[in-house]
This record gives sequence, structure tokens and C-alpha cells, in this order.
Amino acid sequence: MSGFRVEVRVMPRASLLDPQGQAVEHALQALGFGEIGAVRVGKHLVLQIQAATRDEAMARAKAMCDRLLANPVTEDYQLAVEAA
Amino acid sequence: MSRRVAVVVFPGSNCDADTLAAARAAGSDAYYVWHRDCDLQQADVVILPGGFSYGDYLRSGAIARFSPVMPAVTAHARSGGAVLGICNGFQILCEAGLLPGGLVRNARLKFLSRPVWVRVEAIDTPFTRAYAAGDVLEVPVAHGDGRYAADDRTLDALEEENRVVWRYVRDNPNGSARDIAGICNEARNVVGIMPHPERRNEAALGGEDGARVFLSMEARNATQHAVGVRAGSDRHLRV
Repeated sequence: MSGFRVEVRVMPRASLLDPQGQAVEHALQALGFGEIGAVRVGKHLVLQIQAATRDEAMARAKAMCDRLLANPVTEDYQLAVEAA
Repeated sequence: MSRRVAVVVFPGSNCDADTLAAARAAGSDAYYVWHRDCDLQQADVVILPGGFSYGDYLRSGAIARFSPVMPAVTAHARSGGAVLGICNGFQILCEAGLLPGGLVRNARLKFLSRPVWVRVEAIDTPFTRAYAAGDVLEVPVAHGDGRYAADDRTLDALEEENRVVWRYVRDNPNGSARDIAGICNEARNVVGIMPHPERRNEAALGGEDGARVFLSMEARNATQHAVGVRAGSDRHLRV
């Protein structure tokens, strides 16, 4: 078994209004960052996982996302795995 | 005979006492079930009350949905038993997959604690049969994550199957899709509502528009012609 560090990026579904992102966008504009386009706010989770291989760590992390960490109705997620 | 109504208490529930009192006022034999108990004690009806279970960590309802009591709630629902989720309870039912869609952050971000108006759209559920279709109720909301969201196909199905049970009227407080305030499942025995009927079940609380949600549980044998009963005039409705 080896240790892996899995980063999970959970974002609100693109089709859903993200009022938090909009509020941040307006705040940046108010601060004079006129170049700002759309802002979306999501969540970033970092998991330490013990697994035999990188693929297994990825598969287990995916199962965790599907079961608990992301809600497929309202959110999308991406995973990045690296050796810890 | 009174119906046995289990009010499930999660860590962070804060509407459990009001919900228990509202069910009792309607004549039900209501009692608490702690979320770590796996026995619903022969409940006829299960209510998941409002609050902030597990601090709303991760997502509202996401952790409560795995509480030890939930397999029993799911089994009760799957066997046709009546289940009502109020506010956080509605969020938990969505997270658990017992109702479609999900509840996300209010469109204008603000936590809302104020009266809203909802129209009763479906009276063929265990929690609305004492209303008349089209009744407009004044009931309070108290939520930060009350915006109902689902894909268009799900929303179309809810509309076609008349599963939107309550709809916001006058204004849509949180940006909910299609002004949805409450829905039911396909079998119509599992119902979720974002506003709090238990906070408006008697005149002393500013109104009794919510009382018939609880009176409906006792009116289980009522035909739809018997829905003229009004809360307050007959608090212990028997049929």
C-alpha cells in the first residue's frame, strides 16, 4: 500500500446560477478589476488515501465523490491524484 | 385511532419540538426518534424536521442522509409509508434520493426568515388532503439553501405528474425553479416542503394556515369531498 494525495474540485453545475460567484465578481469589479469575467465559487477537498496503486486511489476517490462529496444533481467534480 | 408519528431528531435539528407539538395538536400520537436509533417504533408517518443537521457541513442534508436511522426511513418510504421533510428535512430527502432534485443557496444569498405565500397545488398527498386545491397559505421560511434545482426533464416530469405540491405565489423568495416550494415522489407518499407549516398551526403563532398539513395525516380515510374541514374549528379531526 502507498499513500496518495487526492485533490477534489467540486463546482456548481454550469447550468445553475452561482450567486456566490456573482457576488465575488461584483466585488472584484467594485475594486477596479474591470477585466474580470465570470466568477464561479466551488469547493476544494484534499484527501489522504492508502491504496495499492494510483488507479485504485483514483477509483476509491471517485466512489467517495459519487457517494458523498459531490451531489450529481447540482455539482460536478474533478479529481487529481499524486503520490503523497 | 391516532396515527403514530415519528419525528426524527438529528444533531442540529431545531424544529423538532414545534413539529412534535403541531402533530400532537392535530391529534397524532407523536414521539421523537433519535437519529442513531434504527427503529421507528411502528410509525405510520415519519417527519424529518427543520434545522441545521451536522451544521449543514459539505451540503445541507448531505451527512444526515447517512445517519443510522435513514435505512429505516427509506424502507418505510419504499413500503408506501408517509414521510414528510420540512426545510432541512426536505434537503435530507433530496440528498437521500427519496425526492428528486436538490436545494442550493438562495439566489440572493441572504438567509431568509420571513413569511411567504404558497399555493396548494396537489391535495392527493398524505399531508395536503385536508386542503382545497388552490388554497393560498401564509407560512414562514427560514433557510439559506432553499432554491429548488433539478434538470429540465425532472422539472417537466414533476409538472406533468402534478407532483409540485406547493408553489410560491406573490414572490419567489429564493429563486426556486418554477416557483417550487414543495414536491412529492412518484408514489405521492414522500413529500418535502421548504416553508415551516409547524410554525403557523394556531392563532397564537400568527395564523393557522399550516395546521392542515398535520390534520391531513389524521384524515387518512377522508375522501377528497371531506376537505372542507378547517383547522382550528376542529383541531382533533376524526373521520
